[in-house]
Formats: sequence, C-alpha cells, structure tokens
Amino acid sequence: MVKKVFTSNRAVAEAVKLAKPQVVPVYPITPQTTISEYLAQFVADGDLKAEYIRVESEHSAISAALGASGAGVRVFSATSSQGLALMHEILFAAAGMRSPIVLVDANRALSAPLSIWNDQQDTISERDSGWLQIYAENAQEALDAVLIAYRVAEDRDVLLPCMVCIDGYFLTHTVEPLEVPTQEEVDRFLPSYNPYAFLDTENPMSIGTFTDPNYYMEARYAIEVAMEKSKEVLAKANKEFAEIFGREYDLVEKYRCDDAEIIIVAMGSVCGTIKDVIDSLREEGEKVGLLKIRVFRPFPREQIKEVLENGSKVAVIDKNISFGMGGVLYSNIKAKTNADVYGFIAGLGGRDITTEYVREIVEKTKNPSREIEWIGLKKEEV
Amino acid sequence: MEISEKEFLAPGHRACAGCGATIGVRLALKALGKNTVAVSATGCLEVITTPYPETAWDIPWIHVAFENAAAVASGVERALKSQGKDAQVVAFAGDGGTADIGLQALSGAMERGHNLIYICYDNEAYMNTGVQRSGATPYGASTTTSPHGKESFGEDKPKKNIPMIMAAHGVPYVATASISYPEDFIKKVQKAKDIDGPAYIHLHQPCTTGWGYDPSKTIELGRLAVETGSWILYEIEDGDFHVTYRPAERKVVDEYLLAQKRFKHLNEEERNRIQKNVDAICTEFKI
Amino acid sequence: MVNIGACVKEPGSTRNNKTGSWRTFKPILDKDKCIDCENCVLFCPEGCINKDYDIDYDYCKGCGICAEECPVKAIKMERG
Repeated sequence: MVKKVFTSNRAVAEAVKLAKPQVVPVYPITPQTTISEYLAQFVADGDLKAEYIRVESEHSAISAALGASGAGVRVFSATSSQGLALMHEILFAAAGMRSPIVLVDANRALSAPLSIWNDQQDTISERDSGWLQIYAENAQEALDAVLIAYRVAEDRDVLLPCMVCIDGYFLTHTVEPLEVPTQEEVDRFLPSYNPYAFLDTENPMSIGTFTDPNYYMEARYAIEVAMEKSKEVLAKANKEFAEIFGREYDLVEKYRCDDAEIIIVAMGSVCGTIKDVIDSLREEGEKVGLLKIRVFRPFPREQIKEVLENGSKVAVIDKNISFGMGGVLYSNIKAKTNADVYGFIAGLGGRDITTEYVREIVEKTKNPSREIEWIGLKKEEV
Repeated sequence: MEISEKEFLAPGHRACAGCGATIGVRLALKALGKNTVAVSATGCLEVITTPYPETAWDIPWIHVAFENAAAVASGVERALKSQGKDAQVVAFAGDGGTADIGLQALSGAMERGHNLIYICYDNEAYMNTGVQRSGATPYGASTTTSPHGKESFGEDKPKKNIPMIMAAHGVPYVATASISYPEDFIKKVQKAKDIDGPAYIHLHQPCTTGWGYDPSKTIELGRLAVETGSWILYEIEDGDFHVTYRPAERKVVDEYLLAQKRFKHLNEEERNRIQKNVDAICTEFKI
Repeated sequence: MVNIGACVKEPGSTRNNKTGSWRTFKPILDKDKCIDCENCVLFCPEGCINKDYDIDYDYCKGCGICAEECPVKAIKMERG
C-alpha cells in the first residue's frame, strides 16, 4: 500500500493497471479523457501489458471490448455521457451475452443543450441494461470499486458487466489523498480471469445466438437471477476486500441514520457535502442522516427498507430526471419502501449542490409543499 | 486447384433453398480451415446459422450486432494476440452491415491494421428484413423501399463502391469475388489469410428471394453478372491492381437483367442506360 | 435451462434439423454420367453432397443448383 494524491481518473487508471486487463479499447471523451491517456502511457511504458485499441467511436469501444471478452480475456473500457449513450445498444448485448466487462463512466450531463459538466443522467439512463452499477464518493472508492467490480462481474454466479460511476470533474479532475494497493494485495483479492464461454478453436462454440420466443424470456430471467445473486457475491467480495485492504464497503452506507428524523438519500460525490452538512446540523440539534446508495444495480432494497422504514422522513437527491415522473432514484426508493419520501432534482449539468442547497432540501422535507422539487433553479432564467 | 473437402458450416441451417450466402461461407471456410474464428454481423447469415439451441458453425463464432462486426472482430483479434493464439479472424457481414450501417466500424478496423479478413456477402439489398434498398443496391433495381412505379424506375443511384473505399484505406489486400467463380474466390481468401494485416473481400452473391429468380439459378445469375461485366473480379495487392477474370466475350446486360424480377420493370431505354454505364466501367477496366 | 448468455456449445448442431422435409423436387444423380467435376459439391448451399457424390437427402432442400450446374446433365430433379 502506498499513499498518493491522485484524481479519480488517475486512481481508476492505477486500479486498471493492477487488475491487468489484456485488452483495453477506449475512445476519449471529456471528462473521461485522462483515463484513456494514463492507460495509453502505461501501455507505452510497458507497465500495463495490454492490447490498447484506439477505436474510432464508443460504439466500437464497447463492441471490441465485447469481442475481446468473448475471446476469453479480461477487458476494460471507459467513457462518459454521449459516449455511454452511443454504447447503449451494446451495453444490453454485453449483459445478455453475460460478458464481465468493467467500464468506468465519468458521469456527465446528456445533450441537449450540450454540457460537459456533471450529473448522473448518463448512467442512470442505462439502469435497465443488465449492468451492475457502483457509484463512488471519492477517489479511494473509485479505485477500490474497479477491483471489486472485476471480482464480482467475473464470479460464475454473476457473469454480468459492471459499471463504475464517478462524477465528472468533482471526482475525475479533483485530487485527493488515497491508498494505492500493491500488486501482491490485488492478486490475492482478484484471481486471474477464467471465462465461462469463449472462442476456442479446440472447443468451438457459438456466442451471441438468435433466440425465438421459446428461449428469450428464460435467457433474460437468468440475468435477473444473476443480478439478485450478485448482492451476496458483492457482500462476500466486500468482506474479503476489508480483510486484505482494511477498507469496508457495503451496498449502502449509513451515516448518522440511527436516530435520524430526516434521512437524505443520494449517490456519488455529493455525499461528501451532505455528510458535512449533517455534521453541522447535528451540532445545531437537528437529527439528520444520510443513506448513501453505493450500489444502484442490483438495487439494495432490503437494506434501504430497513434503514428508511423507521419513521423518518426521506429526502432523495437525484442528479437526473425522468421527465414527467421525477428523479429515478426517488421513484425507485418510493417503489420499494413505505416511507414518507420527497424527491429533489439537483445538480444537473454541473450546477453545484452547495451546503446551502442541502440545508434547503432538509427544510423542504420538514415542511413539504410538493413531492418533487427542483433545487437551485435560477428564478430569473425560469 | 485442390479444394478442401472439409465442411465447417453444417447443414440443417435455415437458409432459403438456393441461398448464395451459405455457398460463399462454405467456400471461404474451406480456404481458411479449422483454425479460424468467425464473427457475424446481424443479418441473414447470423439468423439462419444460429437458431438457439443450435448452431451451424463448426468453428468458434460470435455475433453482437448489425453495425459492429469489424469492431467485434478487432477485439477478438487483439484478445487472441494477447493470448499468443494465431487463429485467423474472419468477419462476415452483408452489404447493409458493410456499406451502410457498418461502414464506420469497418473503416476504423481497416485503418488500425488488425490482422483480420472481412468478407462482405453482397446480395444488394436488406434481404433479412424483406428486400429493402441498401447503399449496394444497383441502379434500376426495384426493392420494397425503392419500388418502381408511375414516377419511379426503382433505385436511382449507382451501387456504392465499397472495395475502392477499402482500397483507399491502403490495406494490403482488397478483392472482389463471386460465389460463381469458386477457384478465384478461394484463391483470394487464401491470399487474404497469408498476408499480415487487414484484408477485405467483397463477395457478390445472388439471392433467390430478393432478386426474384428460380433457386436453381443462383450460380447462373452470379455468372451472368460477371460475364456481362456488371460485376468485375479483381484484386489489389499492396496497391497493385489487376483484373483476375476477363470474360472471353462480354454478354449483353439484358441477359442478366431480364433473368431477375427486380429489373423486370425496366424499359428498353432504361436497360440501355445500364448497358452504357457497364460499358463505361468495363472500358476503364479493359474488359 | 437456457445456457448462460444463450451460447451454444455443440458445434454443427443444426444437423439436428433435417431440412430435407422442405423439399419438393429431389436431385437424382446418375453416377455413370458423372465426370467428377465437383460443381455440385462446391455449389450446394447445404454442403450436403460429399466427395463420393452421395447426396444427403436428410438436408437437401431441393434447390436444384446441382442439377443446373452439372455440365453433363447427370443430375435430374424428380418429385419427392
């Protein structure tokens, strides 16, 4: 273990180097770009023994990743926003073909209007693709999530791709102190990849077949079973991770929730700000807590239910919007709990979610006037 | 010429009787042999050969989507390379998956120099979905989206010249071929296999359903295309162009056109226009 | 249970599907007339004519390409 000060993009690149994928097809896009640059440099320097494919689009990045994974090797790719949207079709194919690809998405708003800044609309919009989704709060979590993602995705009981989501700029371009594990530690945690089905001339098989209505539903049901099973596999991986690296993770993180009258639910980097606000509010005598959703797919509904159904009011912060419906995390939480839940749309297209906005959310949850509120809108521009 | 008797595409597949695509794949795999990994684009070939839980392929095979066969093949090739495996990667895609929706991925793969063979099986329209016009549909052909009618004589644009677009990428080997000239085609596949780097083969392949002719005439139609100069067999090796087959005496295009339902609506003037276009190209190629 | 990812691990398993049932006309080869040119073998879309020119009627769809391409008309298409 070595102490470093890195951006999350650098942290991700370090994690990828330690995970030793054999094929890395990537296409640069802001704010993911430095991940593709670091990896290119690692390969150029011989520090990462991988075939780096300079593809001509994100669609080809994920297609080449799926081809390489089909040929039996560990692969990595990374993208953001428009790039993830361009991958959309193949994301579903990757899950359906049960290909344990790990992809990092630097969360960024979707066009139009064009924006290069952060929200989580891009990955949230891929929630039904059959990929696991882990949202990181900081650089350490980003690095660790990549290692855990491989471990879980490649498990025979899962065999699903995994997306690690890191907030654009807030994480991708912000330096933080973190611990970089050693290769020996990582090798203990992450065994070499042993593919279930792959292209082998000695034992030929066909991958990516055509199914009629007699088989399609069962193939999709198997994804649902694997997604549910991944909760156990994640729990086991988290436990072993803690034993080797000393850092404990769960599908959710509870922060001062036990006696909370108001619980904020959020994902990603904003959780850091929220924790600070909670500490201040607690000093002021307000009983507020945070439930951080670290793993959004599979949706940890049992844990969420347990935390939220204690009589507290719930404020869900969404950096995304399903128009006409509200935030997606909000509707997911509402669907799976009987709690008193309010939704807050905030931080779209890089609008800062300040401590003041978090306080406003708490106030509005105490005295609700609407089920869904947009926070931080400029009155003069509306 | 010795042609392998081995078959790597099993019977029992769901192709139409008289399918030209499966003939092309059989011949290509005879040239490539067992140590081959195949990639398919979505299309007729993919659907007819892998109806789960069956597959017609006797070699490893992968399909992902319509437009990305070249990108998937790129990933497969690099993954094999990273494992020190020397299997030949071959991608099969139709004309729609090549000339239209797959052109970007194909261009990328060719430009990056992957060691793979890309074979476009060209039946000149979207046959899997019921004969819609593609960029490779020839001038005058009636398809369901370029139908002839009171105001239309069918497709009003010439066929997109994909082999020359591939040649412009500077890849070491580009060839055109026809299923009706198996020795010529197999030789080209073998050359493509022997070179290190990307190879592109554009295989002309009549389609009984889409072109409208009796299934027994598949080979005859492919031959007529070549003998009339409507399809020219050539190769470009490291930039060196040469025609690989010259008809002893070029037949009139009418023989080819009138044998197919897709051209039946054309009047004499329209057919003459096609003859003139063919003449101009053949003059250029000295055929 | 559907295989993981709907992959197929039995190569060439479409052989389970006897497409001979599609056939209306059946090619009959007169081996005495055959000149061993291999046209029928090469051009069969099913690959169901072997090097000894035995036609596998389990799979032959009766397209008639073999008869059409036989230079000596050794193959006749008959009903059945």
